[in-house]
Amino acid sequence: MLENLTAETLSRMQFAFTVSFHIIFPAFSIGLASFLAVLNGLWLKTHDQAYLFLFNYWKKIFAVAFGMGVVSGIVMSYQFGTNWAVFSDKTGPVLGPLMAYEVLSAFFLEAGFLGIMLFGRERVGDSLHMFATGVVALGTLMSAFWILSVNSWMHTPAGYSINELGQFVPEYWWLIVFNPSFPYRLVHMVLAAFLTTALVVGAVGALHLLRDKADGAARRMFSMAMWMLIAVAPLQILAGDFHGLNTLEHQPAKVMAMEGHYDSHPEGAPFIIFGIPNAEEKRIDYAVQIPKLSSLILKHDLNAPLAGLDTIADEDEPPVAIVFWSFRVMVGLGMAMLGIGLWGFWRRIRGRLYEGKLLKRAAIIMGPMGFVAVLAGWITTEVGRQPFTVYGLLRTSDSLSPISAPAVAVSLVAFIIVYFFVFGAGTFYILRMMNKSASTPHLGLKDGPIRTAIAINQKAGGQHGI
Amino acid sequence: MEFELSIVWAMIIAFAVLTYVILDGFDLGIGILFPFADSEQDKSVMMNSIAPIWDGNETWLVMGGGGLFAVFPLAYAVIMPALYMPIIIMLLALIFRGVAFEYRWKTDRWKPVWDFAFFGGSITAAFMQGIALGAIVQGIKIADRAYAGGWWDWLSPFSILTGCAVVVGYSLLGSTWLIIKTEGGIQAKMRGFAKFLGLGTLSFIGVVSLITPFQDAAYFQRWFSFPGIIFSVVMPSLLILCSWLLFTGLKKHKEVQPFLASLSIFVLSFIGIVISFYPNIVPPSLTIAEAAAPDSSLKFTLVGTAILIPLILAYTAYAYWVFRGKVNPEESYH
Repeated sequence: MLENLTAETLSRMQFAFTVSFHIIFPAFSIGLASFLAVLNGLWLKTHDQAYLFLFNYWKKIFAVAFGMGVVSGIVMSYQFGTNWAVFSDKTGPVLGPLMAYEVLSAFFLEAGFLGIMLFGRERVGDSLHMFATGVVALGTLMSAFWILSVNSWMHTPAGYSINELGQFVPEYWWLIVFNPSFPYRLVHMVLAAFLTTALVVGAVGALHLLRDKADGAARRMFSMAMWMLIAVAPLQILAGDFHGLNTLEHQPAKVMAMEGHYDSHPEGAPFIIFGIPNAEEKRIDYAVQIPKLSSLILKHDLNAPLAGLDTIADEDEPPVAIVFWSFRVMVGLGMAMLGIGLWGFWRRIRGRLYEGKLLKRAAIIMGPMGFVAVLAGWITTEVGRQPFTVYGLLRTSDSLSPISAPAVAVSLVAFIIVYFFVFGAGTFYILRMMNKSASTPHLGLKDGPIRTAIAINQKAGGQHGI
Repeated sequence: MEFELSIVWAMIIAFAVLTYVILDGFDLGIGILFPFADSEQDKSVMMNSIAPIWDGNETWLVMGGGGLFAVFPLAYAVIMPALYMPIIIMLLALIFRGVAFEYRWKTDRWKPVWDFAFFGGSITAAFMQGIALGAIVQGIKIADRAYAGGWWDWLSPFSILTGCAVVVGYSLLGSTWLIIKTEGGIQAKMRGFAKFLGLGTLSFIGVVSLITPFQDAAYFQRWFSFPGIIFSVVMPSLLILCSWLLFTGLKKHKEVQPFLASLSIFVLSFIGIVISFYPNIVPPSLTIAEAAAPDSSLKFTLVGTAILIPLILAYTAYAYWVFRGKVNPEESYH
């Protein structure tokens, strides 16, 4: 079995592993940074203590999550070169500048103002501190903009030509940055980050409400999270649908794998709810399906013909089973998010949002599901892009560095051990902080580096409040 | 036009790398000196002296990597596989030291673990950066636009020497930074350390400078024939001047002068390396012009860089100014 582990397979495993770990942190910190900006703004506007408590509470959690995002992100910026050198040489002229813009317009911005946001409130005053908090949130969104542009170009390359060295060279920057799948992917991912954060905030609120129904800060965050879910979940389902139609236009093979359509359906394709993809026989075993629904969703016509994987050459097919399953996990969780949003909304209009235990328990179970959905979504789109790194143009097998399998095997094992150890510990610390009520000013054993500012500010805040 | 643009870009990348080296240099140096703190309070002060700024410092590393990918993709594509092991080890080491900033405040039982991670991560990252430098100076084999060397090419007595040099040099930067940011016992201790670290750094620079011309005939040519020979006189003179400023500053208990003198020593060493490399970006054979991306990429990126780098420098300076002055040891005890 081990002899099948080529440098290519190992490099793919390493990239998948490190990028999967990495995406968890930005998915959380993009939403959390905006949430913090809103909380700080509300505190300054209303001088309601609960907002300040919540700001300081989530700020500490943000600091840990952001730190993990930074260090796992640095790895990504070097891994293109270490393991995918041919890809780097060929796509560098097009993708490199976009990444450089991400560093220049997002990473520096976040890093430059993060210190002021975390430690600087009493050194710079409320207004500049608010500015810094807003800039950090803006930085996370700018970062999403550029990196999703890069990623989208790998799915739907545009605005390029190929030179005599086989490099992709830029022709029209506008077309490169705003390539066909980018707007859809950007909206879908940013909404996903907001949903993920809302689910986490909702779960933490629910946990503390189960313990103490009168916990003011917990009520506030639970309520804000439920508003966010009912507002964003329907938008996300809509955005996902548009994104799917865009994928059908540009990467039909990926949609065929998502749908499990091994065969073409000239007279309306069924929507397969569940089934077991059988790669050898090229069919879905035990399929539970609704006739013609897939054509209705994708073509808005019950009898529209839909091509299947039988129209795609075998060597150009993505792995069906992974894409098929991860897509269903993502969609299922999206529906569950909408469900919990509706449930919360219904209880709210009946004036019973904070009563009862069932909704809170469900919210706690849903707490980590945003991360699961984000990962499932990324697995769907990235595995669905295979066997190419630049869709249709550059094969994954032609993208690899000239590296030997043992070297990659060692680094892969090292990444797995270090990531589980380091990020496992970080997750444990975050969970432990979440386990404390936001109404308790002190979260950690100590607050962390130079945290007196917070204590002093809380006193000042108290005076404001009176 | 292409020639000029690629040279402009080589200067920008060199600037980013130099900025990284001096900024993250002093905060990695503090990690290396961390075990020498006498008390828990000193440890907190050391860490707090860089807690608000280390993230920005490390972003220059991403700028170096990302910038190289953007404007010299070929250089990026040959350096990274050639230095596979040292780069991966450096990245893993940076993970440990980066998370330690937050983690050590979250636990009592595991605090020694994260304190060790901070030290171990810092010294390992510094050592690997030095190894990478040595390996690049010695030259990277390239054939058909790809790395053509072996898996252990980066490891040599020379690269181990440059690895040690960087560890000692970063410690010098760290100790002189702490002279600015601290008072009392720890400051006196760092002043004592800085003398030895200064001597150590200068010795390493001396040895590496003497060996480097013999790593490649081109380096020898550069330094011992006209016009390069001018540098062979000017650079050591400037180095002696900076060393004098460092040691007199330490002796007269000046606070800022030793740090600035140490930074200048780094800048001079860096310029020395640039003089050796030019016109190559990856010795011995890949030139700046050959590695450059097409003009369109260089121009597109240059527009944003020309606007954003000054802005970044401005707000970075502002962040340093906000957290200026001595670290108050009381501050972290609430």
